[in-house]
Amino acid sequence: MEFEIFGNKDTRSGFGEGLAELGQTHPNVVALCADLTGSLKMDAFQKANPERFFQTGIAEANMIGLAAGMTIGGKIPFTGTFANFSTGRVYDQIRQSVAYSKKNVKICASHAGLTLGEDGATHQILEDIGMMKMLPNMTVIVPADHNQTKQATIAIAAHEGPVYLRFGRPVMPIFVQPDANFVIGKADVLTEGTDVTIIACGHMVWKSIEALKALHEIGISAELINMHTIKPLDEAAILKSVAKTGCVVTAEEHMMNGGLGEAVSQVLARKAPVPQEYVAVNDTFGESGTPMELMTKYHIDSPDIVEAVKKAISRKNIII
Amino acid sequence: MENKELAGIASQVRRDIVRMVSAVNSGHPGGSLGCTDFLTYLYFEQMTHNAAQFSMDGKHEDLFFLSNGHISPVWYSVLARSGYFPVAELGTFRKLSARLQGHPSTDKGLPGIRMASGSLGQGLSVGVGAAQVKKLNNDPSIVYTLHGDGELQEGQIWEAAMYAAANKVDNIIATIDDNGRQIDGDIDQVLSLGDLGLKWQAFGWEVLRMDGHNFDSIRSTMQAAKALTGKGKPIVIIMKTEMGQGVDYMMGSHKWHGVAPNAEQLEAALQQLEETLGDY
Repeated sequence: MEFEIFGNKDTRSGFGEGLAELGQTHPNVVALCADLTGSLKMDAFQKANPERFFQTGIAEANMIGLAAGMTIGGKIPFTGTFANFSTGRVYDQIRQSVAYSKKNVKICASHAGLTLGEDGATHQILEDIGMMKMLPNMTVIVPADHNQTKQATIAIAAHEGPVYLRFGRPVMPIFVQPDANFVIGKADVLTEGTDVTIIACGHMVWKSIEALKALHEIGISAELINMHTIKPLDEAAILKSVAKTGCVVTAEEHMMNGGLGEAVSQVLARKAPVPQEYVAVNDTFGESGTPMELMTKYHIDSPDIVEAVKKAISRKNIII
Repeated sequence: MENKELAGIASQVRRDIVRMVSAVNSGHPGGSLGCTDFLTYLYFEQMTHNAAQFSMDGKHEDLFFLSNGHISPVWYSVLARSGYFPVAELGTFRKLSARLQGHPSTDKGLPGIRMASGSLGQGLSVGVGAAQVKKLNNDPSIVYTLHGDGELQEGQIWEAAMYAAANKVDNIIATIDDNGRQIDGDIDQVLSLGDLGLKWQAFGWEVLRMDGHNFDSIRSTMQAAKALTGKGKPIVIIMKTEMGQGVDYMMGSHKWHGVAPNAEQLEAALQQLEETLGDY
């Protein structure tokens, strides 16, 4: 269960690198940013392709509308701002001009979740996955690390239709192979196990890897699935795994309402009811603090995953 | 095209509008009737467009975006009468599974529609984005948009206005349907827009004005607007109109913004509107 580590980097840099590569390989890719070019690491694309980069200023609603309009004539627009301003602030613009109109816009959202850190709750959106996955026609992707964010960024350019791509701010270990093939909607099984299925996305995949060591020490065999695509959800991977393990823990840097765990629950309830525990933020706003302090305080850290696993396993034997 | 011929088409479009909304007892006749002359002129004389072979990308065609999507009846009628889809399909307006949704959408593939609208304030951003792509594609054609005056209360309109001027998007001609009314009453009573011309000027736009019910005024202003494209500034036309134009009992009030005429009222309306091209 040793994972090869390819260094430490932020996922947003993976987005920036992927976008810069698309700038060279895809002449129809254009990028828009609402005054956060540096934070989103879009500078490389901007520098290499100034005619295809559109600075919108602090006007996100207009940015989404511009992007929708830019698909007419064959461009593939990538919008960039923080996750809060990419979703909550512009929900209706995305709903009407992107999702309902089925426009080929890629909404790329950084600084998602608690790990945005010190800026506090105004910027720490924990509802965005829910909002985006409720929209018909929308694909929702939450890559796990820097390499996967770069691979996902490149992959969504070849996917026709609206996409929400969510990533974050903190520097985290890189464990996805640099040359891995990213397939939208196809989960990555990172470890095979027999006692419990851990289904995680985003930064919580690394937190789950940390938890694996502790679980191994107490003799628990966990199967870890990196569910980088929340919608469409890889139901087959979930069902195959739970048939073996009989219980599930979901882990996400998001509100319990509306998130990955809820999506997994829908599959289990309909097709394979087994105990499920949630590692997620429970109906509360965040606050200022360092990313790791916040993950601890709001119970989305690796010890929380270990506890959730124990609880899920203990519920397997309860006969109702 | 002769003014007389345009007027004949507009009369038929107005008949279509009142018949469509009356048939389903819903929809928005007031603004539709007010923008009939403009849209008739736009599609039958001003724009270069290909009704026979609709393409979503519209390369080397002029594009039109209806931002105030609730006046879909007039747009549907003008599109059908221009040849985008069969005129008979106007009879499906607002009915289950129809391509003619209450508000315009691309969802069911109605030719002529490139963007959903209805939730107000979004169409200018869309038009500006499409206009910028025309420049990237070295496509010299023009993007037209239409907005309600009440719609200008939405903040996104002004985000787009600021952006278009700052980025010298000079291949877009936006038109404002200045009828002075919105659902709750006169605009000056609900939320005054102040001096609209000065506002657009201050935002860096070239401002023109026209009488939306006079084809000479529409023609000369639209030609002037087209001549102003490519000169570094976006162009807006403030178009004076009367909500409900052409149907006497609908004019002079906001009452018919979103109310359909009953059978008796429909008859009274049709008596004022000559059938020129044959009803659907």
